Amino acid sequence: MAGLTKSDFKNPVVNWIDTRLPIFTMLQKEYGVFPTPRNFNYLWNFGALAMVNLVIMIATGIFLAMNYQPNTLLAFDSVQRIMRDVNFGWLIRYVHQNGASMFFIVTYIHIFRGMYYGSYKAPRELLWMLGVVILLLMMATAFMGYVLPWGQMSYWGATVITNLFSAFPWIGPKIVTLLWGGFAVDQPTLNRFFSLHYLLPFVLVGVIFLHIAALHITGSNNPLGIDVKTPQDTLPFHPYYTIKDSVGICVYLIVFAIFVFFYPNMLGDPNNFIPANPLQTPADIVPEWYFLPYYAILRSVPNKLLGVCLMFASILVLLVLPWLDTSRVRSARFRPIYRQLIWLWVLAVVLLGVCGANKPEGIWVVLSRVATLYYFLHFLVILPLLGKIERPLPLPESISRAVTGKGGGPLPTGAAATMEKP
Amino acid sequence: MRALRTLLAAGTMAAALLAAPALTPATAEENVPTPPPQNWSFNGIFGSYDLAAAQRGLQVYAEVCSNCHSLNLLHYRDLAGIGLTPAQVKAFASQFTVPQGLDDQGNPKDGPATPADKFRSPFPNEKAARAANNGALPPDLSLIVNAREGHADYIDAILNGYADPPAGFKMQDGMNYNKYFPGHQIAMPQPLHDGQVTYTDGTPTNISQMAHDVVTFLEWAANPEMVERKQMGIRVVLFLVFMTGLTYAVKRKIWSNVH
Repeated sequence: MAGLTKSDFKNPVVNWIDTRLPIFTMLQKEYGVFPTPRNFNYLWNFGALAMVNLVIMIATGIFLAMNYQPNTLLAFDSVQRIMRDVNFGWLIRYVHQNGASMFFIVTYIHIFRGMYYGSYKAPRELLWMLGVVILLLMMATAFMGYVLPWGQMSYWGATVITNLFSAFPWIGPKIVTLLWGGFAVDQPTLNRFFSLHYLLPFVLVGVIFLHIAALHITGSNNPLGIDVKTPQDTLPFHPYYTIKDSVGICVYLIVFAIFVFFYPNMLGDPNNFIPANPLQTPADIVPEWYFLPYYAILRSVPNKLLGVCLMFASILVLLVLPWLDTSRVRSARFRPIYRQLIWLWVLAVVLLGVCGANKPEGIWVVLSRVATLYYFLHFLVILPLLGKIERPLPLPESISRAVTGKGGGPLPTGAAATMEKP
Repeated sequence: MRALRTLLAAGTMAAALLAAPALTPATAEENVPTPPPQNWSFNGIFGSYDLAAAQRGLQVYAEVCSNCHSLNLLHYRDLAGIGLTPAQVKAFASQFTVPQGLDDQGNPKDGPATPADKFRSPFPNEKAARAANNGALPPDLSLIVNAREGHADYIDAILNGYADPPAGFKMQDGMNYNKYFPGHQIAMPQPLHDGQVTYTDGTPTNISQMAHDVVTFLEWAANPEMVERKQMGIRVVLFLVFMTGLTYAVKRKIWSNVH
């Protein structure tokens, strides 16, 4: 079974390596000639952008860790030392800090892309589920990273979020003690959060590898949501999508740079410029913006255990999304009702974010309850029913025909409907 | 259908825009006015520090604020950042007596500060600071501008915001009325008074001028990298805009044969 690979590379050194370890052949296959649907729009940049963002986070994080002190007495000042005395420390740190926000912006758009074009549907269910695992790992990593500067919001955010686990009967308090390494957020907590914050990104790399491996088995979805049928439907990944991703990366870097260089603290909380003080609770404990919708769901329920369960459910429900959505048409382009309702769901999420930033009183309680209700209604009621009652538009016969307009038009409506509902 | 979708999309955008002010949590009580926005030298993407103002602010800090407030994150050497020459930094530092480790007998030793020393703290520890201030702790000022909602405008408003309490307003013992402080009762007595310091450049020393100067100084203390950051940012963004154009042109060229 074992044997040398036959390599087509001309360069003798490349050929020598490739014969023994065919990484060049693999890269050529997966990123060179890899057949990719020819009709991607710019929303298909966001996977690559997330990848670039992860690399930026790991690179800056390694240099921050060289100067950071995971000690409750030193942590805050060590971050300020990075900002003031380490060469370009302010740049590295602001890139890392704003990189977390950029990571969530990019990932949320990536997820929305998947939902709008039905990328989670068969045969890409496992690919999608790995993506949900990536989101969960990202959230854990971001949360622990936010604790490290040991400002007021770091400390109190950590206290509130870890305390959520205490809602679970019997096992809850034990989990909390385990997370804290004691009976309050303190030195052991900071130390283990630093360790895990350094570890989890590499776990992320592993799961992202699986995510991409699964992607290269099923192939990419596309804005039409129909399968690739002939080689005319595809283009080699390089140079067509390497260059298209490069355009996206440049624009993404402009947005990133504007945050880092001109508004580095815009998305942060002023309270985190005050060193952690266990004896003084800030007036409002607010998580980072990317957690606000979940925070609103948590607070929309008067019962703590139920709130915690709903908050976790709001993400876990994504795991079963491929089976909740009963429509077999992938792209929202051909689903006239879904195409409207997905925006209503986005509206609910944005509204939840706003509710999360405000004190849970008055109108905000009502709004967060309505939005929470709609959030779950969308997944648990609307999507299962919609697939049964919605009449999809006729699907194009093939990607290449839809794109180039050559050859016959779309299949007759009847044929498409038969195809969708056998 | 298309119209409805556009409407929903527009609604989402509108909600996001409306959300922007609502996203700032309301920390202050309702009757605290918003600090009036000032025209700071460091505002905007081309902003830099008015060094003369920052140096006057250093004088205000040294002669007034530093009696109670520390500036723990700063070293005297950092003052080069507001345009002090090495000789001026050395002279400024040497006015202050700071702890300098142990002498040969193992006793704590004090001596004149050097540029490498941290700014002298007015109190040896938190307890001493509270004891001297009616139980209140004067916060460290290194990051104060970043650490308050409203930032420079807010700090400036607090320094200018002392007034007599309105009739019927119940003040606690030892507290002072301030228009902009949440709850209006601040432990810090009015720190600035007209003519309190004498500027060498002849700038008038009224409260608003001194407040403006010391806030400029504190903004620099909190964000000493700002000028370098913004200047680098302009170059980086220009470069990226150029790269975007170039990359897009290459993309158009490559894709021209498949469209």
